[in-house]
Amino acid sequence: MNKQSNTYTIIYIIVLVVVVGAALALTSISLKDRQQANADADKMRQILASVGIEAPQGDIITSYDKYITRTFVIDSEGRPAPADAPAAFSVNIAAQSKEAASKRLLPVYECTLGDGSVKYILPMYGAGLWGPIWGYISVDSDGTTVYGAFFAHQGETPGLGAEIEKQAFSGQFSGKRIIVDGKFAPIAVIKAGMKAPEGSDHVDGISGGTITSKGVGAMLDNCLAPYAPFLKNLANDNTK
Amino acid sequence: MSNKSVLFNPFSKNNPVIVQILGICSVLAVTAKLEPAIVMGLSVIAVLAFSNVIISLLRNTIPTNIRIIVQLVVVAGLVVIVSQLLQAYAYDVSKQLSVFIGLIITNCILMGRLEAFAMANRPWPSFLDGIGNGTGYAIILIIVGFFRELLGSGTLMGYAVVPQAFYDAGYVNNGLMILPPMALIVVACIIWVHRSYNKDLQEK
Repeated sequence: MNKQSNTYTIIYIIVLVVVVGAALALTSISLKDRQQANADADKMRQILASVGIEAPQGDIITSYDKYITRTFVIDSEGRPAPADAPAAFSVNIAAQSKEAASKRLLPVYECTLGDGSVKYILPMYGAGLWGPIWGYISVDSDGTTVYGAFFAHQGETPGLGAEIEKQAFSGQFSGKRIIVDGKFAPIAVIKAGMKAPEGSDHVDGISGGTITSKGVGAMLDNCLAPYAPFLKNLANDNTK
Repeated sequence: MSNKSVLFNPFSKNNPVIVQILGICSVLAVTAKLEPAIVMGLSVIAVLAFSNVIISLLRNTIPTNIRIIVQLVVVAGLVVIVSQLLQAYAYDVSKQLSVFIGLIITNCILMGRLEAFAMANRPWPSFLDGIGNGTGYAIILIIVGFFRELLGSGTLMGYAVVPQAFYDAGYVNNGLMILPPMALIVVACIIWVHRSYNKDLQEK
C-alpha cells in the first residue's frame, strides 16, 4: 500500500481523529460525576473558608451541612427571589455577575458558627489579569462589618496576582465596613500607602499584581452593590 | 546509542533546556514558585514518555506529510486526558496545573523529541528518551524555581525559610526575582556554570 497517497493520508487522519475523539469523550463521560462531586466539595470548602473554617479534606460535606444552616436567593431589592429561581448553591455566579444589577439572582448562605453567631456569606465573581477571579465574603449579622473573605483565581501569575488567594491578602478584609453611614461603600483595593476614596474602607493591593488587585476591587463593587438593600435591612433590624 | 545513555544523557550533557535551549518559555512562566515548577516537571515527564511511546508505535504507519499534525493530535489528546484524570482523582493538583496544562502542549521539547527520536526508534528506547528528557527539563525547572522562590519570596514550597531575624535586621526580599526576566538570567547562570564544568560544550 502506498503510504504517501492522498487517499491513505485522508483515511489515516480521519481514523486518528475519530479514535482520539472517542477516547476523549469516553474519559469525559466516565469521569464527569467524580469531577462534579469534586467541584461541589471544593465550592463548599471555599464558602467555609470565607468564615475561617478549614474543612478537613474528605469530610467537607459534613462540615458544610453543619455550619451552613440556611441558603436562600434574593433579588436586588432584598426580597426573596421568585419561586422558580434555582437553589442558592446552583446559581451560576459567573453568569449573574454580567447581568444588570436589578435583574440578578443573589444567593446568600447563612452560616451559624460554633459560638452561635450568624454570618451571611455572599459570592463574588470577576476578572483578573489572565482569567476569572472569584471569592466569598462573609458579613456579620449587623450587615455592615466584614467577618472574613476568601479569594481564588484560575490563572493569575504565581507570586504576583495569585497572591490574592493567600491569607495575607484576604485576612485584611476582616473588620472592614461595606456599609458606611447607611450607604454602600465598596472596600477599595489600593496600592499600599495610598489614600482611599472618601468614606470607603480599604485594603492593600498586591505589589506587582496591580491588574489583579484592581479586578478584586471592581469585583467587590460589582457583586456586592446589589446586596446593599439586603445588608441595610439587616442593619435596620439590628438597631430596632 | 545504548538505552542507558538515552536515559541519562539529557540530564546533563544533552539537557533539553540548558544545552538545546528548548522549552524556555515555560521555564519563565512557572518557576516563580517551587511547587508549580515541580508539578509541571512531573506532568511533562508523564506526557513526554507516553506520547513518545504512542508515536513510536505508530511511526511506520504515519504518512510523512502529515506527521506533525499526527504528533500534535496525540499530544493534545494525552494532555486533555491527563488533565481530566487529575480533575477526577487529584483535584487540588489539577487546580494548580490549570494554565500549565496548555503550556505542555506547546512545549517545544515535546515536538522536538517526537520528531527527532520517537519517529525513528522502537517504543522502549522512546519511553526512556521521554523519561530522560522530561527529567532533564524538570531538574532545571526545580533549580530555577528554588532560587526564584527563595530570593524572591523568602519561602520554599510556601514555607518561610528566611528567618524573621533577617528581616528585622533590614533584609528585603528581591521583588525582581519573581518577575519573568529573572528566570532567563537564572537559566543563563546555570548554563554558565554547566559549561565551565563541561569544557567540551564550549564553542571554539
